[in-house]
Amino acid sequence: MTSASTTAVKKTAKKSRRLDAQMIPTIAAVVIFILMLVMGQALFGTYTRLGFFSSLFIDHAYLIILAVAMTLPVLTGGINLSVGAIVAITAVVGVKMTMAGIPAPIAMIVMILIGMAFGLLAGVLIEEFNMQPFIATLATMFLARGIASIISTDSLVLPEDNNFDWVSAEIKIIDNPKISNDLSFNMGVVIAVLVVIFGYILLHKTRTGRTIYAIGGSRSSAELMGLPVKRTQYLIYFISTTLAAVASIVYTANIGSAKNTVGTGWELDAVAAVVIGGTIVTGGFGYVLGSVVGALVRSIIDPLTSDFGVPAEWTTIVVGLMILVFVVLQRVVSAVGKKE
Amino acid sequence: MTQNEPIVVMKGITIEFPGVKALDGVDLRLYPGEVHALMGENGAGKSTMIKALTGVYKIDAGSITVEGKPQTFNGTGDAQNAGIATVYQEVNLCTNLSIGENVMLGHEVRGPLGINWKKTHQEARKYLDQMGLGHLDPHAPLNSISIAMQQLVAIARAMVIDAKVLILDEPTSSLDANEVQDLFAIMRKVRDSGVAILFVSHFLDQIYEITDRLTILRNGQFIKEVMTKDTPRNELISMMIGKSAEELSQIGAKKERRAIGADEKPIVSVKGLGRKGSIQPTDLDIYAGEVVGFAGLLGSGRTELGRLLYGADKPETGTYKLNGNQVSINDPHTALKHRIAYSTENRRDEGIIGDLTVRENILIALQAIRGMFKPIPKKEADEIVDKYMKELNVRPADPNKLIKNLSGGNQQKVLIARWLATHPELLILDEPTRGIDIGAKAEIQQAVLDLAEQGMGVVFISSELEEVVRLSDNIEVLKDRRKIAELENDATVSQETIVDTIASNNAGKEA
Amino acid sequence: MAGHNTKKDAGNPILKRLLSSNLTWSVVALIVLIVICTIFDHGFLSLSWNENTGGLAGPLITMLQESARYLMIATGMTLVISTSGIDLSVGSVMAVAGAAAMQFLVSGLNVWLAILLSLLVGLVLGCINGALVSMLGLQPFITTLIMMLAGRGLAKVITAGQNTDAGSVAGSEPLRWMANGFILGIPANFVIAIIIVCLVGLLCRKTAMGMMIESVGINQEASRMTGIKPKKILFLVYAVSGLLAAIAGLFATASVMRVDVVKTGQDLEMYAILAVVIGGTSLLGGKFSLSGSAIGAVLIAMIRKTIITLGIDSAATPAFFAVVVIVICVMQAPKIHSLSAEIKRKRALKSEAKAVTA
Repeated sequence: MTSASTTAVKKTAKKSRRLDAQMIPTIAAVVIFILMLVMGQALFGTYTRLGFFSSLFIDHAYLIILAVAMTLPVLTGGINLSVGAIVAITAVVGVKMTMAGIPAPIAMIVMILIGMAFGLLAGVLIEEFNMQPFIATLATMFLARGIASIISTDSLVLPEDNNFDWVSAEIKIIDNPKISNDLSFNMGVVIAVLVVIFGYILLHKTRTGRTIYAIGGSRSSAELMGLPVKRTQYLIYFISTTLAAVASIVYTANIGSAKNTVGTGWELDAVAAVVIGGTIVTGGFGYVLGSVVGALVRSIIDPLTSDFGVPAEWTTIVVGLMILVFVVLQRVVSAVGKKE
Repeated sequence: MTQNEPIVVMKGITIEFPGVKALDGVDLRLYPGEVHALMGENGAGKSTMIKALTGVYKIDAGSITVEGKPQTFNGTGDAQNAGIATVYQEVNLCTNLSIGENVMLGHEVRGPLGINWKKTHQEARKYLDQMGLGHLDPHAPLNSISIAMQQLVAIARAMVIDAKVLILDEPTSSLDANEVQDLFAIMRKVRDSGVAILFVSHFLDQIYEITDRLTILRNGQFIKEVMTKDTPRNELISMMIGKSAEELSQIGAKKERRAIGADEKPIVSVKGLGRKGSIQPTDLDIYAGEVVGFAGLLGSGRTELGRLLYGADKPETGTYKLNGNQVSINDPHTALKHRIAYSTENRRDEGIIGDLTVRENILIALQAIRGMFKPIPKKEADEIVDKYMKELNVRPADPNKLIKNLSGGNQQKVLIARWLATHPELLILDEPTRGIDIGAKAEIQQAVLDLAEQGMGVVFISSELEEVVRLSDNIEVLKDRRKIAELENDATVSQETIVDTIASNNAGKEA
Repeated sequence: MAGHNTKKDAGNPILKRLLSSNLTWSVVALIVLIVICTIFDHGFLSLSWNENTGGLAGPLITMLQESARYLMIATGMTLVISTSGIDLSVGSVMAVAGAAAMQFLVSGLNVWLAILLSLLVGLVLGCINGALVSMLGLQPFITTLIMMLAGRGLAKVITAGQNTDAGSVAGSEPLRWMANGFILGIPANFVIAIIIVCLVGLLCRKTAMGMMIESVGINQEASRMTGIKPKKILFLVYAVSGLLAAIAGLFATASVMRVDVVKTGQDLEMYAILAVVIGGTSLLGGKFSLSGSAIGAVLIAMIRKTIITLGIDSAATPAFFAVVVIVICVMQAPKIHSLSAEIKRKRALKSEAKAVTA
């Protein structure tokens, strides 16, 4: 009896330690986020203001959505490089349509439809023609960016009184008399939260989600287990690219304009968020909520570097190094896990 | 029991690959409550037949009927929906998920809010209990249990889909005797519940222990369906390989042992060579002109010791002496430079370089020793390729064919040619005869004897004890990642001697 | 490079081989594009002698001039892709090397030293890629994606965010000549590029380097077991790719003696991949053809020229190339290849079955 219970204890101890190993990167991301906040607060004193948090979320709602969008393919060991370009093409089309007097809801629907079409195209290329995900989405990225450039290379501004306002209008919860201490949010943030909830439910509460993890573990095993791998792959790129269109709506509404170059390099920001958030680039492990933390870490780099007086040119290098550190960390963690 | 109607009837199954008829009009009937074995040499079409039944391959002609209903499988999902579940040799589960998730994957219990994890894990536990695996925690990650256990988990998964047919494709090849008995206990349980089991194994003892009925294939053709208990072994074997029993007995007598003279110095002498998790510190001497057999089950450390001698894995302990000189062999490049060569057991993943030609595959190791910037002169290269292709009788005799298009046996010969071209003093052959037809097998066995005759030291690793006993001068017996005995292979030593040695040694278990 | 077209079977097979060769189709495509351009612009084929530059002038010549940079990155990319990797950072490395060269010149460094140092910078970036991929075992596309991002930042850091212009710096003639000069009337950069491609080709095929690169790309573990050191090979190809990208960067910046930290080398990783794919090297690695990639690179320059000649908005270029990539990849897909064979096979089987039942 006693021996049985001790082995049981051992087992649970072993289990929790294993889970820890998987979660190290995610925990590290949370720790880094807090450290950044503490450092920012200590040095500049503005990082715990409610206003800081409000703008962090409002300004980066789009990145949170993109991070969720990127999490799905990365979980299977794939990638969706087209997200930034999808933001560009949908933004340009959406704003152009609104400028032409078409009601915003219709423009938004068209934006979503464009996202869906590109997602479907990526799915077809990957599943029907055996293209590697990063090549297929690199192609759709160029296609989307190119078409956006054909449509317009000007900076397009949303007309006054457009119906994009409802997304970006700030809603104050706490109206603090002190400067920049209001707690507020907008529909963009709400949409981002909904997307996160959607991602969470999809991955953890549906069979499709479990299939996504199974593909990440071993695609051939998933196939031999009779899981609908092909259909799931289609869904992944479809949802991922459609979410990029959603991110585009949120972003465009926020800044009120669009250009064909918008979203350049955002695929990297999204990958950074996902990787920092603990999703392993070879697939199989990771969490949507981790990606959200990753997106916040990525978001806070901008104010930090500018407060430190670091030239903006350095930001990309910092982000690059950060992805690198986390990818290396993943390697180490998985290598240690294997040795055990 | 046998009066039943069969659950599965496959008739006239034909599958063609570019240039080959893998299956040609093969029939198979699976009865409920029976264990049915698919028998045949490698390349006979067993795995193609299984893949036809599991929906991996589409059939070009013939019909599949399950419970009287004709079926067309367009994928593994279709076959599963028809009640056909499969457990493959290499466990096809997802190691990144928990045991319970693997059991229930695709069949999770769903509530109004999506998957109900609590109930799903309860269900998983129920199925694990049925298989006598109640001690496993469904929440534990799959990679926390042994391969043998994973195999049993895969069977539990098959029960979730309420299978009427369970296919077990070489499930025992990586299991030890006790684990095989565990597996058989579960198989009997499943069989008695009325499921038809299709079983593939290379071990005849296992076939006679567990199966009721056999279907024999040869070269993609249906030979016969027989009841196991009515079929003597030699009759079965001759049906499988198409040769009579008398012919078989002539294939090889045991070689006479070459005793090591007192004044002979070993080529290789290692002391305490070991690596954590792979093999415990081991002493070993290998002399010129000697064949040293490594005997032991899969996972006993026989392959690991071979890899360590070659530096394929880096040794963590021990000393390595080559012709009396201390060396450190930490990677294959160094080993080859010191004229040690190792032919892998994993031909496809670690042996052949599929998209290169036979010629390039033969020359590549020699080239690697010489260095990238000292190409082998064309004339010399031609001579080498020509010589070894002739000596080893590689067919087709075209050096410019891609190696991936050769048969397994000829790929193996090309690999041996590759190592011989480096003129090794010590050649380590890991399972050189696995998965190749009997003719090529005999040729390779003869080559081993010839090489030793010429003064090469040969390490011969094989899971077939018969070969090891027949070819070796000395036999190292391994178990649980340790060397447990060294046998001088004289006339008194037989397969039974080795089996007894392994069975009677329990030192490893306690450690 | 040498090995591919040297051996030919006698008789009809030659035609068959020609028809099935990627090279042939690339050449055909090149000719078709030239014909199209000539129809639209009757002066397209015209060549004239420019006394000022001492070389030929004409649309084709500018096309060759532009192709030099593609030749460089496509050559490096071919080797990397052959090891079943990818180098997404070539465009950024071009920008870094170009930025370094311009900045060195502006700061008064000797032109030869500036060239050498900027090549070294490219080599170092390539070596970093190589080290991360080979020693740490990171995935190539993630590693080079990071370098693509960080490289762009680095270029900006080097020039402090400016688009450094070294046009007025005295003594920079050798660099200018490299991009705009002529050798025997042919653009110097094209000649240099072709010489480098040939050197790399000879190095690969006259030594065992090519075979070893392919071997690593086909089966890394099996290669290690034959005594090849895959880590060394991987490091080497990324280093070479970095160095060649730096040369491309010099070509790109020296033609105007100005670096644009955003636009120099932008999207060029895509062109390089495209050239390799057109050349018949599989994106999955393995057998490679440098001559194929070289023709692919020229074809890309020609496509760009065609777009301009036809008066299509240059903004459409990426979309156009994306379509070409998609079409080529679709054509290379096993599905399409097996489709015709499958149809034939099914037909044969059906008639066989009919014969049996009858």
